[in-house]
Amino acid sequence: MLPTVELRNVTHVYVNEREAKLAIEQLSISIAPGEFVSLVGPSGCGKTTLLSIIAGLVEPTEGDVFINGDRIKGTTQYIGYMLQQDYLFPWRTIMDNACIGLELTKQLNEVTKERVLNLLDGMGLGGTEKLYPHQLSGGMRQRVALVRTLATEPELLLLDEPFSALDYQTKLQLEDLIVETLKAREKTAVLVTHDLSEAIAVSDRVVVLNRDPGSVRRSFQVPEPIRSAQPFYAREQHGFNDMFHEVWKELEASDRKVRGRNNA
Amino acid sequence: MPNHHTSGAPYRSAALVKKTYDDFRKQERKFKLRVSATQLFILIAFIIGWELGGRLKWIDPLLFSYPSKVGYQIWKDMMDGSLWPHLGMTVGETIVGFMLGTILGTLLAIIIWWSRFLAKVLDPYMVVFNSMPKVALGPLFIVGFGPGFTAIVVTTLSITVMITTLVVYNAFREVDPNYVKVVQVFGGRRGVIFKKVILPSSYPAIISTLKVNVGLSWVGVIVGEFLVSKVGLGYLIIYGFQVFNFTLVLASLVLIAIVATFMYVVVEHLERRWLRK
Repeated sequence: MLPTVELRNVTHVYVNEREAKLAIEQLSISIAPGEFVSLVGPSGCGKTTLLSIIAGLVEPTEGDVFINGDRIKGTTQYIGYMLQQDYLFPWRTIMDNACIGLELTKQLNEVTKERVLNLLDGMGLGGTEKLYPHQLSGGMRQRVALVRTLATEPELLLLDEPFSALDYQTKLQLEDLIVETLKAREKTAVLVTHDLSEAIAVSDRVVVLNRDPGSVRRSFQVPEPIRSAQPFYAREQHGFNDMFHEVWKELEASDRKVRGRNNA
Repeated sequence: MPNHHTSGAPYRSAALVKKTYDDFRKQERKFKLRVSATQLFILIAFIIGWELGGRLKWIDPLLFSYPSKVGYQIWKDMMDGSLWPHLGMTVGETIVGFMLGTILGTLLAIIIWWSRFLAKVLDPYMVVFNSMPKVALGPLFIVGFGPGFTAIVVTTLSITVMITTLVVYNAFREVDPNYVKVVQVFGGRRGVIFKKVILPSSYPAIISTLKVNVGLSWVGVIVGEFLVSKVGLGYLIIYGFQVFNFTLVLASLVLIAIVATFMYVVVEHLERRWLRK
């Protein structure tokens, strides 16, 4: 079966007036259909850049990106992107916000509108269609952002720390909701996060990245009982802590490697 | 009656909520009333003080006149019809200058937002032009466009366009790039980004330049009329000054204040309608 995402020897150099910086070096990764992969790493490992490259927003300096076996050029409709904050447009109602993807891809019609209404309903947002974003709580707004992303029915979801701006309780609830929704719809997902326990709880595979420049350090398969449990309960599964420590050590080492090099 | 207490408690808190709200409303009303009363008092005190000061010669009545004289001047000019052409001309020039200034300024901002190259090229010229005292160009406009409506509108534009462009362009650039990303992910190109993100999120900035432009347009129009015209409130001011009729000067000023306030109120109303909050 073709992988949903495949990066082959991707290298990216960031340029501005002051400098050119190697952000990602020779990074290869392959993600199977339906797989939920988390990318963790110290800041400066190019996580967000990597997502932008997969999304087709940024063209890598070198290397190839394949989505479903096709080399990508620019953005495609297969991909949905969720940002750190909801970034709902304050001048649009909840319904208009949720429909913007459909509007831009010219798919807005009665059928798709109905789909969006069902999605909103399913996320416990029924009745908020005519409200404006500032009238909703942070958790609700992030759920609207999820509906906005799902409305165009992307196969692949890129999640750029979508929980990091939420309070702890909301974060746990939203993790469960997102994982459930994605599993039920057999979506493939790539999550970028700082939170190790979140990464292990929600995903099938955790990839630890090196920083400066970003590259794959090590890949951890999440064991079955943790994987199949809901994120909230996954944290209580046997083996969760062991895995946490193992990944933690790897992360520490990737951080230290750079510091050692800088001090020398 | 063991339930007496539990059934009474929610009723009592509901009453407390209502009472707290009512008290709050009452206090707010009182506060607003006090503000309005004080405002009115200041206005009346000012007019009475001015009237008395003029009549009792505490201030020079030749220079400062007094309200009843100013009022009579306005009344008389209204009745014999000599005021209307002046008022109409000035208000027309101001409204045209104000609208054109805002529209042209915003269009220019859109153009330089579109092209990074143009933005960079034009940057020093805009800065220089903006820091120049543009009314100094007045004589040029008068010779170029002939003494009249066009020259005065152009003088107004020279004051309003550049500042509008700079403010609106800045608002365009300050839009959070993540909002742009939302649209880009769905394949939106530059035109779509502008229509769906940049423009709507800059409405507040555009509105606030409207407010600034009300004031600037009046400056442009009056200065323009000082320089050249045969009609308009600016002409009346200059004429009054030349014949030493300061009552006429003050009457023109009072009219300008009234019309300018009215324009400001219209813009504010537009703001509320447009931003829906």
